[in-house]
Amino acid sequence: MTAGTTPARFERPSALAFLGYALGAVILVWALDGAGWSAEKIARSGPRMADFLSRAWPPATDSLARLGWKMVETLQIAIAGAALGVVLSVPVALLATRGLLVPHWVTMVTRMVLGFIRAVPDLAWALVFVVAVGLGPFAGMLAILMDTLGFCARFFADDMEAVDQGPSEALTATGARRIDIAACAVIPAAMPGFISTSLFGLEKAVRSSTILGLVGAGGIGIELKVGFDLFDYPTALTVILMIAVVVIAVEQLGALLRSRIIGTDR
Amino acid sequence: MMDTALETQVAAHAATPPADLTVRGLTKSFGQAEPVFRDLSFDIARGACVALVGANGTGKSTLLRCCLGLSPFEGGRVELLGHDTATLSRRARRTLRSQTGLVAQKHNLVPRLTVLSNVLHGLLGRGSGPRYWTHMLAPAEARDAAMAALDKVGLPHLALRRADGLSGGQSQRVAIARALVCKPRFLVADEPTASLDPAAGEEVMEMFFDLVRAEGVTVIFTSHNVDHALRYGERVLGLAQGRLDIDAATAGLSSRDLAGLYG
Repeated sequence: MTAGTTPARFERPSALAFLGYALGAVILVWALDGAGWSAEKIARSGPRMADFLSRAWPPATDSLARLGWKMVETLQIAIAGAALGVVLSVPVALLATRGLLVPHWVTMVTRMVLGFIRAVPDLAWALVFVVAVGLGPFAGMLAILMDTLGFCARFFADDMEAVDQGPSEALTATGARRIDIAACAVIPAAMPGFISTSLFGLEKAVRSSTILGLVGAGGIGIELKVGFDLFDYPTALTVILMIAVVVIAVEQLGALLRSRIIGTDR
Repeated sequence: MMDTALETQVAAHAATPPADLTVRGLTKSFGQAEPVFRDLSFDIARGACVALVGANGTGKSTLLRCCLGLSPFEGGRVELLGHDTATLSRRARRTLRSQTGLVAQKHNLVPRLTVLSNVLHGLLGRGSGPRYWTHMLAPAEARDAAMAALDKVGLPHLALRRADGLSGGQSQRVAIARALVCKPRFLVADEPTASLDPAAGEEVMEMFFDLVRAEGVTVIFTSHNVDHALRYGERVLGLAQGRLDIDAATAGLSSRDLAGLYG
């Protein structure tokens, strides 16, 4: 057996790769410039942040009960919107899955609509629904529903496209209809992905629902806005800490459920 | 008055059972210049058991998929149970497929469902809709048929176990039960024991061929095990370089004859 030459640790990039790196660097500088990057402002922000924290500390505890109920409403918005969004995502995902139920053009149109739904930010959906159904948590729930639909339907469809085709083929060979194949072979095989995506959808919904109040769509966000508007920083800090605790708790719960329900499948 | 040649021909025709599968001039290429196979022609008589052998990449699985209408082909004609598979409407194709079954190398069970639901899905060609999606909603006669099929493969006690909790041999037995539950007339088995250890493979082959012979099902199966081909097949089709190199009754063949296909 002959020993070959030990390869170099790093390969010299090709001219094209070098141009790609250079272009990436130029785009980053351009973006930072457009975003108003200022080292000087960062340097000056320390004392200001310290001033804010000194005025906000200790967090206000006198309105904990009211803020607690607002947080409960926030969770209700998130859970209702995410649950309805996940349920609606299943039939929409069936339309968005290539080669499963519907002709290719229907799949393309469905994917374009889902792309549009995802492209509109949750705060923009909340503003639209505040106009449509009025101020309050219902508008927030509808915004979360749309946000979840755009996210989950797309990933459900991707999960269904990625399943092993063997069981589907075995059922096709027995004369099963497409809808039966989807229900009996494709959806069960994609279920670990569905559960995982749904839990991410719920986590995303809880994060989003905490700020929908900024535009009058219910939840604890309005308390944050009022706290800053009235320079009531202790209350604002309490709201920020409550949001952090709830979001982290929901993420931990999501991770636990994912591992308990779907194990190592995904 | 009929002449002698014609009389002989008519007598021969009367003695030959009608073909369940007729393949004429079949060509499949996957869009490449060189076809996987070209101009294949053969018949499989009703109730026959035919082994399809050949080295890897000779197109055995593709040929089986073409026979079931699961894969399109560029040239030729496939007549399955008296129907030209290329000209059938979607509904007619489903009706035809409700009389066929497929047992694959990877078993192809749905892992997260129970064994009973998996077997029940073999009846989807006969009954469609949510009542056939899970054993919990299934009509009593469908549940009974699925349990009877499980009984035949010796696994009724595992009916409520999840399919991903089965051993390889058990999993393939369930796949066989699913293929047999609709009482098919034509069955395709694509390397049914390739993923099993030799002992489990022998056991599954014995059981599979006992069942299909008892029920008079027409079978075409592939195997890399030359002994299996000679022992379980009544006839052997040997694929090499895209053509049928062997089409002969197993009675006149030895393993040495088939070894050339893998050379």
